[in-house]
Amino acid sequence: MGFLGKGLFKGVSFRFTSLTACLFLIFFASTLILPISHNASLSLKHAFATESPAPAGEHAAPVLSKAEGKPEEGKKEGEGKFTYQPAPKIKVEDYPIVKGFNSRIAVWIVAQLHLFFGAFVLAVPIFVLVIEGVGLATKDERYDHMAHEFIKVSMTAFSITASLGGLLSLMLVSFYPDFFKYMAGIFGKTMIIYALLFFGESFCLYVYYYGWDRMNEGFSKWLHLTMGLMLNVFGMTLMVLSNTWVSFMMAPSGIDDAGVFTGDIWAAIRGPLWNPINLHRFIANIAFGGSIVGAYAAFKFLSAKTDEEKAHYDWMGYTANFIAIFGFLPLPFAGYWLMKEVYGYSQQMGITAMGGAFAWLFIIQAVLIGSLFLGANYYLWCGMGRIKGSERYTPAIKYLIVVIVGCFLVWFTPHTLIMTSKEVTQVGGTHHPVLGFLGVMSAKNTAVNILIVSTFLSFMLYRRSNKIATASWTSTGNALQVALFAGGAINIVTLGVYGYFIPANIRIGLSIPQVMTTLTIIIVSSVLDGFMYKGAKSTGPIEWGKMGQRSQYALFLLAVSFTWLMGLMGYVRSALRQHWHVYTVFRDNSLDAYTPTLGYAAGIITIAVYIFIALVIFAFWIANFSAKKHAEASH
Amino acid sequence: MKVFIRIIIFSVVLSLCYWGFSNYGIPQVIPEAPPVEEKISGSMTMDQYIALGGKIFNGKGTCTLCHNPVGGRAPLLVESGKDGAPIGARAADRIKDPRYKGKAKTAEEYIYESEVDPSAFVVAGFGKPGTNDTVSPMPATNKGSIGLSEAEIGAVIAYLQKSAGVQVTVKLPTGAAPAAAAPATAEPQSAKTAEEAFGKHGCTTCHTIPGIAEGGDVGPNFKGLSSRAGSRVKGLSPKEYIMQSIVSPDAYTVKGFEPGTMPADLGEKMTVKELDMIIKYLMEKTG
Repeated sequence: MGFLGKGLFKGVSFRFTSLTACLFLIFFASTLILPISHNASLSLKHAFATESPAPAGEHAAPVLSKAEGKPEEGKKEGEGKFTYQPAPKIKVEDYPIVKGFNSRIAVWIVAQLHLFFGAFVLAVPIFVLVIEGVGLATKDERYDHMAHEFIKVSMTAFSITASLGGLLSLMLVSFYPDFFKYMAGIFGKTMIIYALLFFGESFCLYVYYYGWDRMNEGFSKWLHLTMGLMLNVFGMTLMVLSNTWVSFMMAPSGIDDAGVFTGDIWAAIRGPLWNPINLHRFIANIAFGGSIVGAYAAFKFLSAKTDEEKAHYDWMGYTANFIAIFGFLPLPFAGYWLMKEVYGYSQQMGITAMGGAFAWLFIIQAVLIGSLFLGANYYLWCGMGRIKGSERYTPAIKYLIVVIVGCFLVWFTPHTLIMTSKEVTQVGGTHHPVLGFLGVMSAKNTAVNILIVSTFLSFMLYRRSNKIATASWTSTGNALQVALFAGGAINIVTLGVYGYFIPANIRIGLSIPQVMTTLTIIIVSSVLDGFMYKGAKSTGPIEWGKMGQRSQYALFLLAVSFTWLMGLMGYVRSALRQHWHVYTVFRDNSLDAYTPTLGYAAGIITIAVYIFIALVIFAFWIANFSAKKHAEASH
Repeated sequence: MKVFIRIIIFSVVLSLCYWGFSNYGIPQVIPEAPPVEEKISGSMTMDQYIALGGKIFNGKGTCTLCHNPVGGRAPLLVESGKDGAPIGARAADRIKDPRYKGKAKTAEEYIYESEVDPSAFVVAGFGKPGTNDTVSPMPATNKGSIGLSEAEIGAVIAYLQKSAGVQVTVKLPTGAAPAAAAPATAEPQSAKTAEEAFGKHGCTTCHTIPGIAEGGDVGPNFKGLSSRAGSRVKGLSPKEYIMQSIVSPDAYTVKGFEPGTMPADLGEKMTVKELDMIIKYLMEKTG
């Protein structure tokens, strides 16, 4: 433990204490200033002075109040019984107006930015810990250096995340005081715990980052890894805790038929969408974090002056891309689960998402995901160029392109078409007589599963590029894999076709065997490959750094598309509540209580993405600046 | 710096592509405005009440999200399907079903029970997966996000009975209904004549209407409408067809005209009285 006395915390304490103290104060202030914020803000009611004030207790009814009368038997003298009130029925004039701001747009953008950065800083420590562990296990210092660089990139992002979180809290208090008060009445305890967890996370983060070089050997390395693990434990706890508020807003639980909170906080937390959202966000964070770090590596690669630098950042970009794809492949399955639970909770909400006002949003999603798949595969194929021996597999790429583009087009096909009246007459309806069949769920599920299998095949070919299997059963193993891929693909397509002949409610269940087939292909062939290529002969080393510049733009495409996709899916998740702050319980009666068009939403998402890119560049610049100083110092 | 600028341009242009596709590559559907409680006055006629039921059925009640011929998620209610006649006609048979364990004694009570307690009887094949048709995925229409009042539920029942061609047994709401308490001045903006209503809602901008000088050709010409209205949609009477065309214009689009052109929110904006006057006018003067 001598490292503690050797200046480990030199220069750290100020940042550590100031950040955590600020966070703590902001969250406490949010709860404390709540009762006065409503009066302090300029509201419509005050702007139109001729209107009489709203009756006391109507919109400002306390969520929690002490029941009048005698204390219940068995309770101590003076111990009150608390009863919860229904969600307030607020009116348009109860929403404060803060001049110069549109409440919805401001909260929308800040919440989205907070989520972008939150996802990034939660994801990076996960794969940093894994990479550090790999470095320790393989005794390859390159992994350790890369892990260190990854966490360095995310350091400024932690501060930005915290600042955005504080800003979001204050905006909610300022723009939606009644809503925040209602939520705090139910989740107040969890909000305080949430703020306290920052202490733990900040402590672990700073020890983990600043202690990297000092805690690099022997027992202290294990202690360092433990710190990394604790950092992730705190981070994940923060995420699942904040997810409770979001999932409650979408599918409230722990309330009675009248929408009154029963007082059981665990019941409120354990809503039907909580775990699906937890899983979906966890996986998506990894994919997103990987793509952002990949963009950093691509930028460094393109700016590199020496071959060593190029080689390092090429390897870093490859690893980041691997992480992004590793997180991306299971993401659709987590999405299925989430939507299944949405349907289970409210068929009305499910249909609104998939077949109602938001149906076209999923065509935009298809374009984004199609771009991601094409970008990721393109990067892998480019990467094969730096591996001697990959020529054996390059002929397969053209077939993969056909399959991937084909699947993308199927996924992209809308159910109904935009046509003029003349075209409708010619076609005989709003569905294309042939292509219309590709616009339904059966075809789309099939396409996405084949897309995933094809991307996995690309990855397998990449991994095999410089290896020649020496196992005696290689031919049998290859034959088994071909059979596995072919049989799996046939099964996925057959299930998709079968879906056209059965009712919708049964059809939706077919996605499970399709997904299971895909997972089986991935897992079984990975295991087979692992055994088959154990002790394989190498055809030459991977020539890191020998990558074309265009391949690096694929990494930028992944980062921008992931960010945009995250903004889009964040929008639909929130917009599914429609005109409700808390679905079916607390109605949104603000001027903005309407669902905008997708074009409008796309505009807001694009603005949020631009701001995020600008802030990320700032964070990277800071990380780069620090690296320069280190280099100068060591020189 | 060159690299930096190239990357920025690439990222900005890529985002703009996604933005452009979202704006110009897909139709800009304008979602319906948040529903409001219908104003049901004590002096409402049964036809007005039924028309209101149709409006709720196609709008606020969100019934057509599932009860439509496309998705197959729920039994059809206003038209005949594989489940038999429209619900207004088959409701009485449901009560006799051996699986029925509800409390309804009449067809009207059955429909009411289906709305407020959908799991009381689940039509075979339409239950939640894994519940063996004992739990309905349908939400209670008097609670949650739909939250219909008793008077509104009554209007929907009346509409369903009328659509099925059976006798409407629902009683008109009295002053006791919450919305019925709305003052008589709740409908002062209602046009006084059908001609005025056409002008108020801009019908003549797109349609040529017999008896009215101005007219457009963006939408169908109404000359001869009453004689052909009955044959447009199978199962709908001329009056029902006209009502559907107004409150839910995209339910059926006349060949040669573009779907989505007619405002979908007329059902929200129009008063029941105006709707009634317009239907009457079109039935009488367009023959």
